Amino acid sequence: MNNDIVLYTEHLTKRFKTVTAVEDLNLSVRRGDIFGFLGPNGSGKSTTIRMVLGLIKPTTGEIRLFNRSLKNNREDLLRKIGALVEKPSFYNYLSARRNLEILATLTHRHPDHLDIDRVLDIVALLNRADDKVKTYSQGMKQRLGVAQALLGNPELIILDEPTAGLDPEGIKEIRHLIIQLAQQGLTVFLSSHILHEVEQMCRTMAIIDKGRLVVQGGVKHLLNSESDIFSVKVDRPEEAADLLKTREWVESAKVLSGTITVKIKEQQIPVMTELLVQSGFHIFAIQPRRSLEDYFLSKLKADYV
Amino acid sequence: MFRLIRLEWIKTFSKLRTYIGFIAICVVLPLIFIGLKLDKGRFLTSTASYTILEQNFYIMGNLLNGFFVAQLVMYFLMVHIPFFIALVAGDQIAGEATAGTLRMILIRPPSRLKILVAKAAISLIYTIMLVLCLAVLSLGLGIIIFGTGDLLVREEGLLILSKKQAICRFLIAYPLAMLGMSVVAALALLLSVLVENAIGPIIGTMAIVVISVIISEMPISLFERIRPFLFTSYSKVWQKAFLDPMPLNDIILSVIYLLIYMVLFFGAAFFIFNRRDILS
Repeated sequence: MNNDIVLYTEHLTKRFKTVTAVEDLNLSVRRGDIFGFLGPNGSGKSTTIRMVLGLIKPTTGEIRLFNRSLKNNREDLLRKIGALVEKPSFYNYLSARRNLEILATLTHRHPDHLDIDRVLDIVALLNRADDKVKTYSQGMKQRLGVAQALLGNPELIILDEPTAGLDPEGIKEIRHLIIQLAQQGLTVFLSSHILHEVEQMCRTMAIIDKGRLVVQGGVKHLLNSESDIFSVKVDRPEEAADLLKTREWVESAKVLSGTITVKIKEQQIPVMTELLVQSGFHIFAIQPRRSLEDYFLSKLKADYV
Repeated sequence: MFRLIRLEWIKTFSKLRTYIGFIAICVVLPLIFIGLKLDKGRFLTSTASYTILEQNFYIMGNLLNGFFVAQLVMYFLMVHIPFFIALVAGDQIAGEATAGTLRMILIRPPSRLKILVAKAAISLIYTIMLVLCLAVLSLGLGIIIFGTGDLLVREEGLLILSKKQAICRFLIAYPLAMLGMSVVAALALLLSVLVENAIGPIIGTMAIVVISVIISEMPISLFERIRPFLFTSYSKVWQKAFLDPMPLNDIILSVIYLLIYMVLFFGAAFFIFNRRDILS
């Protein structure tokens, strides 16, 4: 296997009694990448992350980290990983520094106080390090969650919904921090249901739905590989959509909220414009829609357009 | 392993609930002793057995002494100590699961077995400390307030132990009480592994202890068949340390049973915890 792959899952499956949370999942994350793990709520993202971190035992399949099996090398491998699983939780009755000392001692024999100061500095909490965590705001707890994931200079950090529950300012700070970490050479595995977040930060991504992998690849590559989607605003949109559907160069056309969403190749735009004008429709706007959101929805709901 | 136990120590002894047991003992004991002192021995002299004793023997010296009150306190408080133990031991895993910190520690290198061993160790240390606190305070304060003397034991008739004998019996009784309470700690830890809310193991432990004590104590023939299988039938082994002659075989057998229960409860906790999916 390629040494550049830091995380690899093969046929990973988890069943809870009659419910299959994750099914036959094959993922591979390259060293130095910001990998977006995208899926709607309940799609199996957190279950996958928990399996990768040894919190949940897979029903079948294998997890390899840094080219070694997690099953047989758990202790060594977890030393190289920092993670924030869902909502960050701490011993609220202890200070942030004490919390980090406990977690650092679990990872390494003795807590490195310089390392604790370093990670607190990264998340801008050094001046509040000796305050009890119960006095922290949600945003500060989230930043402390990222700080604990950075303890001991891990090679891979896994962040599960790191911006959940944050205000816009907090979200901006965390995103900026993640990009900074990746620039320092860390591999970041970012789980999110916020499409915009993944589109902004990630180089590669995987989309998961109902526990199954929908697609995996480079964000730019995946977005460009598809036919383009355009929003067309016209009078009498239903009639216009029906007309467009009769043309073979139109892959699909559907009216959503008074606007036609058309899936066609970009070079067909003048032909479509001409057809609509000649048929007596008034065109108010034609806008390209090639965001990850459209891609995501088109992958999850085949009948979207 | 010691660093894990140290971490559990920091976590456990940074919580207020850990001190509730100690606070309760420190408040209740002086109250009992002040009450007994103000009562001027009526508690002892008004009992039927004391009247019989007085009618047949010439009593010299101080029977309401530090040893007597320490033993009295032991009889009264040992029933309530399991609650304080459940409060701490039952919180070890379930409390962390509720708070969400369990996943934070389990994604770190130490195995689940090591983490649970550390938590079991801290539960036992707490149990020992609590009984030790009861011992030191009841004997120490009792001797300061009531002085020393022979120990009057009202178990299977009336028995008087000399001062020297009394000290020896206390030195045996307290470690036996620690062992009995350690089984409660093991049970609480087992229940703590089974559920993900912090209250469940405390209520569960107390429910099991109360039901088992009722079955162990009530003289009903149906219960007699169940009795040998209940740990509460052996956890009052410390009372046998005050008998004369001391039933050594009974004590050793009870100790073995208690150790077996402890191994079973801890073993089941390790087995379940190791296989459990952490979903909290």
